[in-house]
Amino acid sequence: MRVLYFAWVRQKVGLAEEEVSPPPEVRDVASLMRWLAARSPGHAEAFANPAQIRAAVNQEFAGHAAAVAPGDEVAFFPPVTGG
Amino acid sequence: MARIAVQREAFDLAAETRALTAGRVDVGGVASFIGICRADDGLLAMTLEHYPGMTERAIAAIAAEAERRWPLSGCTVIHRYGRLLPGEPIVLVLTASRHRNAALEACAFLIDWLKTRAPFWKSEEFADGTTRWVEARAEDDAATARWGS
Repeated sequence: MRVLYFAWVRQKVGLAEEEVSPPPEVRDVASLMRWLAARSPGHAEAFANPAQIRAAVNQEFAGHAAAVAPGDEVAFFPPVTGG
Repeated sequence: MARIAVQREAFDLAAETRALTAGRVDVGGVASFIGICRADDGLLAMTLEHYPGMTERAIAAIAAEAERRWPLSGCTVIHRYGRLLPGEPIVLVLTASRHRNAALEACAFLIDWLKTRAPFWKSEEFADGTTRWVEARAEDDAATARWGS
């Protein structure tokens, strides 16, 4: 699974992207965030308040209950501020 | 079919308008919106980050929605990324239609949806050396919500 980080999520994690292989019990965005948070102090800081984090699964916006599976591209970021 | 570009470079309003209407005699009006970097609170520069791949897809989906809702003869969305200085253009939206209402409404719709549904993030740089990420604004969510989903 390819995980991408943007904006302050990227800065706190300290990575723009990484390949991860979460255990089978990680089935949705929320459980993936909890699992990622344990990877490093930076990850923990980035995911400290999941309510501030938005996600995309395979380049489509996705809620925290959305399913994730091996091979997916999952991105985490703050609410968007374009335009 | 909309023209969509995500680029570092500035855009040329006149050239884009000509391209949208070239060879057509059924277009009655073109509406345009240009978003410009403001120098609020001593802002020195703004850096836009985006999600390559998803950005183009998201904008294409937003443009397709505009084309579904209004009878457009064409539309153009160009969104810049990278470091921009106050006064520099950030985003261009052009909509062409037989009649002004469709063009004007679709243009407003596109910029409202771009603000809340396209994966861009702005980081502001100030004269004192500090930087901060722009936070999403409730007014932008409200502006998007007025168009329904």
